[in-house]
Amino acid sequence: MSAPLELVCPAGTPAALRSAVKAGAHTVYCGFADETNARNFPGLNFSRAEMEEAIAFAHGRGAKVFVAVNTFPRAGAERLWRAAVSDAQALGADAVILADLGLLDHTARAHPDLRIHLSVQAAAANADAIEVYAREFGVKRVVLPRVLTVQEIAAINRDTKVETEVFVFGGLCVMAEGRCSLSSYATGQSPNMNGVCSPASHVEYRQEGDALVARLGGFLIHRSPADAPAPYPTLCKGRFSAGGVEGHLFEDPVSLDAANLIPLLADAGVRALKIEGRQRSRAYTEAVVRSFRRAVDAHARGLPIEAAGLAALSEGQETTAGAYRKTWR
Amino acid sequence: MNSEPAIPIFPRLGAALVARLPLAPAQLAAERLVSQIAARHPDLFARLGDHARKTIAIDPTDTPLVFLLTPDPDLPRVRVARAVAGERWDARIAGPLAALLGLVHGAFDGDALFFSRDLVIEGDTGAVLALRNAIDNAELDMGHEIASLFGPVERPLAGAMRIALPLVERATGVALMRRAGEPT
Amino acid sequence: MDMSAMKLTVGPVLFNWPADRWRDFYARLADEAPVDRVVLGETVCSKRAPFYEACVAPAAERLARAGKEVVLSSLALVTLPRERAALADLVANQDHAVEINDIAALRYMEAGRAFSVGPLVNVYNESTLDFLARKGATAVCLPPELPFASVAPIAAFARGRGVCAEIWAYGRTPLAISGRCYHARVHKLSKDSCQFVCEQDLDGLDVRTLDDMDFLAINGVQTMSWNYACLIGDIEALALADVDALRLSPHSGDFVAVTEIFRRRLNGEISAAAGFERLRALQPDVEFSDGFLAGPTGATPLGGVPA
Repeated sequence: MSAPLELVCPAGTPAALRSAVKAGAHTVYCGFADETNARNFPGLNFSRAEMEEAIAFAHGRGAKVFVAVNTFPRAGAERLWRAAVSDAQALGADAVILADLGLLDHTARAHPDLRIHLSVQAAAANADAIEVYAREFGVKRVVLPRVLTVQEIAAINRDTKVETEVFVFGGLCVMAEGRCSLSSYATGQSPNMNGVCSPASHVEYRQEGDALVARLGGFLIHRSPADAPAPYPTLCKGRFSAGGVEGHLFEDPVSLDAANLIPLLADAGVRALKIEGRQRSRAYTEAVVRSFRRAVDAHARGLPIEAAGLAALSEGQETTAGAYRKTWR
Repeated sequence: MNSEPAIPIFPRLGAALVARLPLAPAQLAAERLVSQIAARHPDLFARLGDHARKTIAIDPTDTPLVFLLTPDPDLPRVRVARAVAGERWDARIAGPLAALLGLVHGAFDGDALFFSRDLVIEGDTGAVLALRNAIDNAELDMGHEIASLFGPVERPLAGAMRIALPLVERATGVALMRRAGEPT
Repeated sequence: MDMSAMKLTVGPVLFNWPADRWRDFYARLADEAPVDRVVLGETVCSKRAPFYEACVAPAAERLARAGKEVVLSSLALVTLPRERAALADLVANQDHAVEINDIAALRYMEAGRAFSVGPLVNVYNESTLDFLARKGATAVCLPPELPFASVAPIAAFARGRGVCAEIWAYGRTPLAISGRCYHARVHKLSKDSCQFVCEQDLDGLDVRTLDDMDFLAINGVQTMSWNYACLIGDIEALALADVDALRLSPHSGDFVAVTEIFRRRLNGEISAAAGFERLRALQPDVEFSDGFLAGPTGATPLGGVPA
């Protein structure tokens, strides 16, 4: 058996970070309260003072903190992103999670002893790309995009020494992350530029007859009949029609749950498992982290993994193993 | 929490009783509660940014009251009304009282309640998200906040509530206290 | 403002066209289109490549003979071993310049070799352009979602760095790429046995909302805008902002006419309004947009005549 899998958990607020650490997170990832991180949602994220306290809290309990600076710096305003990296290091972050080539280049030169992880937003989907990031910037770990099968992940790990981290639970991007402008097409705001996807500011819910109708930027994303689950109107999970077919053309409103795949992912050489959900509550963080810590510990002891039973926390209240199973494509 | 059964509904008899009471005492209590929370948790309102100037209708649908909250750090305001109709608000968050309390106390996840349709959001979704995230981070304990309103008599009252609340929680399934993560 | 120095680039055909259509398209482009550069080769789905692979070298040769600068495009999302091998071959081939759409290409790029960067590589700021220029990039087509406020400083920086800054100026905008094939999904097929159904839609498959608004277009694993980007009304501002080249993305219909309209506009022979009217007459069912560049959203239609 390889080294135990590291569980990397989300924290959108200091309270969520404390919940995650208490629930057994090996590592927590979070970001500053501005456009430098890819969960730039209202009411979320950390001030510098909060980050300092949070890192001290985590370190005091033996947990690590990764700071995500994973949007693409705005031309003419790169100073904001560089400050986020340098503050993260000064405040004691164990690693920064970066996506932009320019920011990676700057960080590798200006902060040579800061550990760099490659964000999923960089969409490094093959060993060649990963080797380029390692060679050019000394990237130590890459978060793999959610478009790969377990077999492809194993192949990547055979071809690179760079550590890999994969998503095991939470919201599911069907597009290669960091290479998607669907949100800015409909709303003018994108994950790459603004750190938001399908932003709440452009969401409109309206009761139309018995149905709850959700629009994004004026486009109807879905219509939920009474008593049916009501997913958030994330653009790629909407119902549309094309070629005479009506349905979830891109992805069903489900979320990822790969708890059962933990042994396969470990065999594929994965080093760390990531839980999505910095925009979720501390109740979510607590429940999901506790469940996955149990699973990871069970796997380390060679025991079977219990079904997590976290469906109620999932979008659409259903889960999928996503791209990890080839049939998804 | 994920195995939680249906969210308990406020008893109809109680709701009928509340509906007959005059609004003034509820208004006074709500005002005092909001200004106390603002004073004791300045980071909560600070987290709201620009959304703090908006009015959010908090609508426990199984009670005959609606709370119109403007969480402005400089001048927090709340208005108690019988119904949202005829009131001015930027966003409305509606659901059973137990769901709203469970949200505040970290017993429920807002997205999960929304996916399951236990919570309904209308209007400015960004403002609702901001308030929800800020409240989640504040780790409020409404039982404690309400007890504190009574000033000098707080301590004995708080003591009594510490004993009573868990019993009532167990009996009703309503999260009346803040959930604390189990230490590891 | 003199726009005549601005170059016209034809991007790769992004759709799955039958081989004979593909061949005829490039033959006509070589003989008739007033463009400076032509980028060609499969960019979206490696499964399509075998059908017209044999046509690529002759097309490139004919274009070069006609005085066009020829650039071969690399695949946008590289995951399979054969895709990695194809990328390595493409970069190793010294006969033609290469446009990279995945950072993986840099692994095989010989030090000091010049290359182009396609619109699917994230170049959002000056530092990223600087890094790529140090690696050998001589031309960069900026990501289509960039607003003018970002295009201007990056283009000015590129000018100082001697890199050609190009912008997505015509055609359906690529919005996303996935491991999943949506064409296959609509036809209830899996990607592995897709039967190449994307071949049925020469300009992509229209996607509408449930209340019948035109919204997106599906092109295999790629998702595109329903509208066509059209920056003919923005060319003066772009030239002033040091943008060096306009990328026109191929569609069915009279594409040579599209290139001619842009060329006449660059030569100052027609006004922006006249150019826009001609493009509209050519494709009366198409909605045009410069919304990513000018705001507020990429879906915002160009209402009447551009300013």
